[in-house]
Amino acid sequence: MASLHPERFLQNSFTDAPARIAGRENDVDMRSVLSTWLIGAAALLWLNGARAQDEAPAAETTTQATAEAVAPAPQGVAGLLRALAEASYSEKEDLLKQIVSEDAKAASAVLKALLDSRLYAKADGTVVIATGDGDTLQLSDAATGETAGSASSDELKRIGTNNALRKALRGMIAQLQLSNEDADVRLAAVREMMRSLDDSTVEVLRAHRQNENDGDVQSAIDVGLALADLQSDDTEVRLAAARHLDGELASEVYNALLPLTENNEDGSPKEADDRVRSAATAAVRSIERKRSFYSAIETLFFGLSLGSVLVLAAIGLAITFGVMGIINMAHGELIMLGAYTAYVMQQLMPQHIAAATLLSIPMAFIVSGLVGVAIERGIVRFLYGRPLETLLATFGLSLVLQQLVRSIFSPLNRSVSTPEFMSGSLVINDALSLTTNRLYIVVFMFVVFIGLQTLLKRTSLGLKVRAVSLNRGMARAMGVKSEWVDAATFGLGSGIAGVAGVALSQLTNVGPNLGQAYIIDSFMVVVFGGVGNLWGTLISGMSLGVINKLLEPWAGAVMAKILVLVFLIVFIQKRPRGLFPQKGRMAEG
Amino acid sequence: MKNQTSFIGQLLRSDLGSRIFFGLLLLTAVLIPTLNLLTPEGSALHVPIYTVTLLGKYMSYALLAIAVDLIWGYCGILSLGHTAFFALGGYAMGMYLMRQIGTRGVYGDPLLPDFMVFLNWKELPWFWQGMDLFWFAMLMVVVAPALLAYVFGWFAFRSRVTGVYLSIITQALTYALLLAFFRNEMGFGGNNGLTDFKDLLGFDLQARGTRIALFLTTALFLGIGYATCRFIIGSRLGRVVEAVRDAESRTRFIGYKVENVKLWLWTFSAILAGIAGALYVPQVGIINPGEFAPINSIEVVVWVAVGGRGTLYGAALGALVVNYAKSWFTAALPEVWLYALGALFVGVTLFLPQGIVGLVARIAAKRKAS
Amino acid sequence: MNVGRMLGQGQRSRAPKLDLSHNIILYLEDISVSFDGFKALNNLNLYIEAGELRCIIGPNGAGKTTMMDVITGKTRPDVGSAWFGQTVDLLTLREPEIAAAGIGRKFQKPTVFPSHTVFENLELAMAGDKSVWKTLFAKLSSEQLGRIDEVLRIIGLTERVDTLAGGLSHGQKQWLEIGMLLCQDPELLLVDEPVAGMTPQETEKTAELLTSLAGKHSVVVVEHDMAFVRSIARTVTVLHQGSVLAEGSMDQVQNDPKVIEVYLGD
Repeated sequence: MASLHPERFLQNSFTDAPARIAGRENDVDMRSVLSTWLIGAAALLWLNGARAQDEAPAAETTTQATAEAVAPAPQGVAGLLRALAEASYSEKEDLLKQIVSEDAKAASAVLKALLDSRLYAKADGTVVIATGDGDTLQLSDAATGETAGSASSDELKRIGTNNALRKALRGMIAQLQLSNEDADVRLAAVREMMRSLDDSTVEVLRAHRQNENDGDVQSAIDVGLALADLQSDDTEVRLAAARHLDGELASEVYNALLPLTENNEDGSPKEADDRVRSAATAAVRSIERKRSFYSAIETLFFGLSLGSVLVLAAIGLAITFGVMGIINMAHGELIMLGAYTAYVMQQLMPQHIAAATLLSIPMAFIVSGLVGVAIERGIVRFLYGRPLETLLATFGLSLVLQQLVRSIFSPLNRSVSTPEFMSGSLVINDALSLTTNRLYIVVFMFVVFIGLQTLLKRTSLGLKVRAVSLNRGMARAMGVKSEWVDAATFGLGSGIAGVAGVALSQLTNVGPNLGQAYIIDSFMVVVFGGVGNLWGTLISGMSLGVINKLLEPWAGAVMAKILVLVFLIVFIQKRPRGLFPQKGRMAEG
Repeated sequence: MKNQTSFIGQLLRSDLGSRIFFGLLLLTAVLIPTLNLLTPEGSALHVPIYTVTLLGKYMSYALLAIAVDLIWGYCGILSLGHTAFFALGGYAMGMYLMRQIGTRGVYGDPLLPDFMVFLNWKELPWFWQGMDLFWFAMLMVVVAPALLAYVFGWFAFRSRVTGVYLSIITQALTYALLLAFFRNEMGFGGNNGLTDFKDLLGFDLQARGTRIALFLTTALFLGIGYATCRFIIGSRLGRVVEAVRDAESRTRFIGYKVENVKLWLWTFSAILAGIAGALYVPQVGIINPGEFAPINSIEVVVWVAVGGRGTLYGAALGALVVNYAKSWFTAALPEVWLYALGALFVGVTLFLPQGIVGLVARIAAKRKAS
Repeated sequence: MNVGRMLGQGQRSRAPKLDLSHNIILYLEDISVSFDGFKALNNLNLYIEAGELRCIIGPNGAGKTTMMDVITGKTRPDVGSAWFGQTVDLLTLREPEIAAAGIGRKFQKPTVFPSHTVFENLELAMAGDKSVWKTLFAKLSSEQLGRIDEVLRIIGLTERVDTLAGGLSHGQKQWLEIGMLLCQDPELLLVDEPVAGMTPQETEKTAELLTSLAGKHSVVVVEHDMAFVRSIARTVTVLHQGSVLAEGSMDQVQNDPKVIEVYLGD
């Protein structure tokens, strides 16, 4: 008996998909971080569309003002930088502040480089910013930004930082960004400053509040100021701050408010004033309410995206099993072939990942569809009316296909790249962000579903398929070539499986066992929804996805999956015909 | 009992397949240990102890195959989850063997098996209580699979889940168990399962004598299991079972409670599978969640199909042939094995619906005719 | 041949004796069944007297088979009640319980057990305790063997006692199924198109058999063959669109204008 490692079965199953995706997102360098922000920013702009327009002219004036304020003093900066290389940590902070006031633009690069430990002093005392890895570093002059050749790391002296200095650096960078002309950069800066509020940053914020004219940035600053006010000695100020922070989602706000509702070890409340305490309590409650609301939405989204994956995996089966009554255990392998098609397309067009991925959708349909037709013509048609034999033969075929892929592509998992437009996530607010690839999967699933419905309801192929599935003999008597329809239908279901494989390749690694992980789930979805009913498949896949994700937080991923399986086993036994059964005497035979 | 002995006599007189089966079983049981014990190592006739244990393993597979054939070949219930019962029986035996290790484990805890010490558990979970007693553990070998089969079957057969639907939910059942036993929290050793066994009833599992005794016990249970199945099939109940396979609703209309018949046979088959699992574990020395894997169950179905279903001896033959082929392939051409297994599935269903037994019968009939 | 007497000798294992105090063995009242909006039975009312031989006719789709399905527990009606005698509520029982209570059925399409011999088919149908353990250790008594021989003679399959039922001709399967019904020894026999595929001689023999069964047993026959119906019928019920259109003797029914319209008119 095959001493199969159980991990093989879990490897690709959807339970660990989120972890996998998280892992991949880490690999995706700055690009994805950047696009995250861009998409987030776009969403925010969209959310505030109207307001942003009103304020656009005002923003321009500010930009001009800042531009005038910057007076070039390159010599001074270079000198200050030289001093920086020699200075103690406490002196460095002062020197940096001077650099900032001398040349904001150069300072910005210097501060960032210093924070990333990429700021070096050459032997002649010139301070440079280094890029690149390994022994040889590319240099640019820190004061002017001009390229300054390259050098090995041995020739350079790194300018060090310590914790306190790094904290100060972040504050300074944020302050600098506050004067940026892009409102989103300013907003990000305010957020950054909120993480480490001290007297100086509060002052900066308070000062900037007067000049700020972007609504979002204003309210972010207000939150930051209120956060600072919580520490005030004035009860009224604290009270106003606590009230102001009611329902704010930033985690700093929650962390700052929570202590005000707690007691000291001796039992006395940490916040002496009753009114402030109750305001804080109310604020914490409302934040918690909002947070749990958004986390419910997030769970729902995860559930829907998992559900979409299930529907995509199952919908081809809903055609072959549901409509034609054929048990195709190699369905999972048709999905796998689709995923490998996406991999091959990306290998063929490494410069055009997005185009390759889009093209692999029709390609996968063709590849899996043709394999499906071959399966139908070669095996299945000899076994019509013998479902258990069909099950065994197609299972055997699934083993062959798996081994074939192992022989061709190696048994190792292959990674399929995510096109840029699909990476990143859509940030709604501090408590809620939706990953873009999952959003696309949900949309894609609906497109496939609607397309398939249209095909079945509106085209002559669809009509023939339905006719043959209802009454083969009668359809044949009416002149339908039932053999051809069988092959075409099976090919259609298989092709859809291939398309599902392309979608899956965006969520999980592609390997020979990819299909195996989905076959039981797919059958469960079809049977749960009611055989012969595409809508049933849609609803059942979606609800199973959501149920799974709802259970996960308190049961754990594996246990949630077990619970769903047990639920399905019991459900099918209670209602063998699924959620939406076909009725009538015909259906009972 | 008189009834049964006379039944065996009758059986040996009438059924050629069974006669060959019992003849070969007896021959193997006598010959193999003799050749191992009485011939010197290195002699051409010597059977190494490794082979004795391998054959013992095959015979436990044969018992499992017979259990599957009983419900598939005769009652038309295609179980794609029968290794769940096999594995449960195996785990019950494994738990007994685990508790026999005692202080000889790596951590030397007198009560807790190593993996529990490793997981920092302080107490023995309730379901491990009593598993140090041989009789109780053997009771569990029967009770655990029977209980699961009974509860599952009670729901499934009452609500008339049949055909592929039933096959698919049996597969889901074993898949759910696979996931569950995989978890450390279940208390069955998680991923690694139960292993490092030392002895059984005080006999060293590595000793030659113990191994031969295990081999003979397996042969004995295979014989008893086969005879019992034959008895059931030969009884009126056996005819009812086949009636259910051929025309389920007709059977209902003449007054048989089909769900009770199925439930009874299903549970009995699960018990056989559990016993097979319990015989398997001490001979291979490990039981882990991989035994629950759906593919294993499907492989068992292939053994039965290859041998020829609905004959019992065909199932035993198929288990032997396919596993021998597997041992050979995985040693000689490992990457070809899955191709061969897959081709076997397809080929047998398309060209050999009655398996090897059917093929032999056809050839014999042809020879008679000519 | 007096089949009725012979069958009467069989031991009845049913616990409560059927209560026929009002001389009605089957009550179907206000039964409606619909499949996806199509009303297969529509407010059907039917009463069968104890010992009666009733023929049911009607065009295709009139609901004859669905009615049998309701009586034997295969289909549950949406509304209505069905009683067997005074005390047995058929709608609460499953098929085997209904069979054990004393209702036997022959299907329209002959359904026998194809991989069993003729003898084994009859053995399986034999009245008696059909629980699992009893069946496992069951042995035929000499009395039961005698009854099987008797039935074999009646259905004319003595010669083919060891033939697999799957190898019988269509007519022989019909007879075997009737034989199984005789072995089952029910109070009420539901017989769906018994003479389809039979030769005229066989049809005559069937008519004789069914007539002789009546009296001791109650028999409900669904049939399309009007000559056959005429030869056995005392009371005929005409079903149309799921309810009773007419009821009476063959002549009364044949002259009923509603019936003529259904069968002949547009």
